[in-house]
Amino acid sequence: MTKLYELAHSRAGDKGDVLMLSLIPYEEELYGALREQVTAERVKKHLQHIVSGEVERYEMPNISALQFVCHGALLGGVTTSLGMDTHGKTLSYALLEMEIEL
Amino acid sequence: MTKQRGDDMLRIGSGAGFSGDRLEPAVKLAEEGELDYLVLECLAERTIALAQKRKKADASLGYDPLLEKRIRSLLPVLLEKKVRLITNMGAANSVGGAWKIIEIAEEMGLSVKVAAVTGDDVLPYVLSNRDSIQFSPALNESADIVSANAYMGAASILPAIETGADIIITGRVADPSLFLAPMIHHFEWSMDDHDLLAKGTVIGHLLECGGQLTGGYFADPGKKDVSGMASLGFPLAEVQPDGSALLTKLPGTGGALTLRTVKEQLLYEVMDPSAYITPDVVADFTSVQLQEDGEDRILLTGGNGRKRPDELKVSIGFDAGYTGEGEITYAGANAVGRAELAGAIIQERLEDEFEELKVDYIGVTSAHRGAFDHQGTPYEVRLRIAGKTYELDKAKRIGEEVEALYTNGPAGGGGARKYVNEVVGIVSGMIPRGNVEPDFTVMEVEAND
Repeated sequence: MTKLYELAHSRAGDKGDVLMLSLIPYEEELYGALREQVTAERVKKHLQHIVSGEVERYEMPNISALQFVCHGALLGGVTTSLGMDTHGKTLSYALLEMEIEL
Repeated sequence: MTKQRGDDMLRIGSGAGFSGDRLEPAVKLAEEGELDYLVLECLAERTIALAQKRKKADASLGYDPLLEKRIRSLLPVLLEKKVRLITNMGAANSVGGAWKIIEIAEEMGLSVKVAAVTGDDVLPYVLSNRDSIQFSPALNESADIVSANAYMGAASILPAIETGADIIITGRVADPSLFLAPMIHHFEWSMDDHDLLAKGTVIGHLLECGGQLTGGYFADPGKKDVSGMASLGFPLAEVQPDGSALLTKLPGTGGALTLRTVKEQLLYEVMDPSAYITPDVVADFTSVQLQEDGEDRILLTGGNGRKRPDELKVSIGFDAGYTGEGEITYAGANAVGRAELAGAIIQERLEDEFEELKVDYIGVTSAHRGAFDHQGTPYEVRLRIAGKTYELDKAKRIGEEVEALYTNGPAGGGGARKYVNEVVGIVSGMIPRGNVEPDFTVMEVEAND
């Protein structure tokens, strides 16, 4: 098993209570493997303690990247959340904790 | 290299990615970038609601708190190099911001023409149509709405550009529109050419966060190394009439502009990449192509679009009371055990008074909520307690209770801090375009020789 951190990078964004996480392989050849294994279902399960709603996945073959849109991830949203990291900016590294088989 | 206006290409620099951004990268871009336009994006969702509150307290305020500093450092070089500035530093009071710029120019003995874009403030409309607007997330009926600003598009900025003003200052407009407007003006793009509007929107989206395109918010030592981050160079785009662009930064500045940094920024804050919605267009990012063209040079082509939506998004601020916070650190043997005891004590004393108390152990659970266990016990941990209330005194109590752990709590607590912050909540809604009426005001000052 290999941690996504070793294979890919990610940046988190937010809109209201929605968290967006990109997943970009360092080597573009790995895009297929990521697409195969890092499904919306797996991400939802991986982030179950953080994301309460649905997870959608968008494919970007033009830049060999995936985008995950996670609903109900920011404790009610940036402006009224009591969390430390109200924007969920650190959560890109939560996604990169996931392990896959190469 | 000499710049000729009216040349085919247009050079646009991005000098700020948020209200609190560094000051000097914009000055450097204006000095050395051979720019036609410099754009400063300084307005987050919450910033404008807070600005409305400042304006309520003093009608001459409500523009960006750093406006004066930024303008003082930029104005001489902007005028000398004939770089036009477009910025949303007007926040809740673009006219007030424009007057401030005039005042600064007078003081500095400079001539300047400023155009202030108005019309985004739709608070009266939202208050009188509250029942028919669908708020997302839902808004409590009793919530006290303090601001409502529509995201206006490039069309609201164009008339101000056409006045020939040196500085165009806006309130709430969509961030990419700040960049798209000068492209439409310069290349005379049709407002119905959805593909060109989409291409310009992609460029604007990539530039709007300043250093986030050039290695800022990207670095991870050993994995994603970026050099010279203390003097990060901000990005600029050389835009062609067909909407393709070269993204680059100034030679000799820190940071990096690579396929990797551009990919991260292309997807930043994007929901559906095939339908990125702005007031100008619905842009499809899945046809964008990126290509390396030497060091710190990325060629951007592709991207297409569909007709803009009939409604405009409105960002609505409401009074959400106060948050109170308290923090204290424990270190050494059993640090976690002592911090947890402290957390339990505070919970017992305050849980009846607060609907929700957030108890975080910084160093253990605060950011990822304890979802992933790492081996080992942290040597030190910081307890943080946070709660929300509409009563200021009650909000203060949280920090006071944490501070009182000094003499009443577990052994070895140190570094207690307490905070109280006013909270403005934000929800969004959609309103018909016809209810938003963009306008502008021009003001000018001539220096005495």
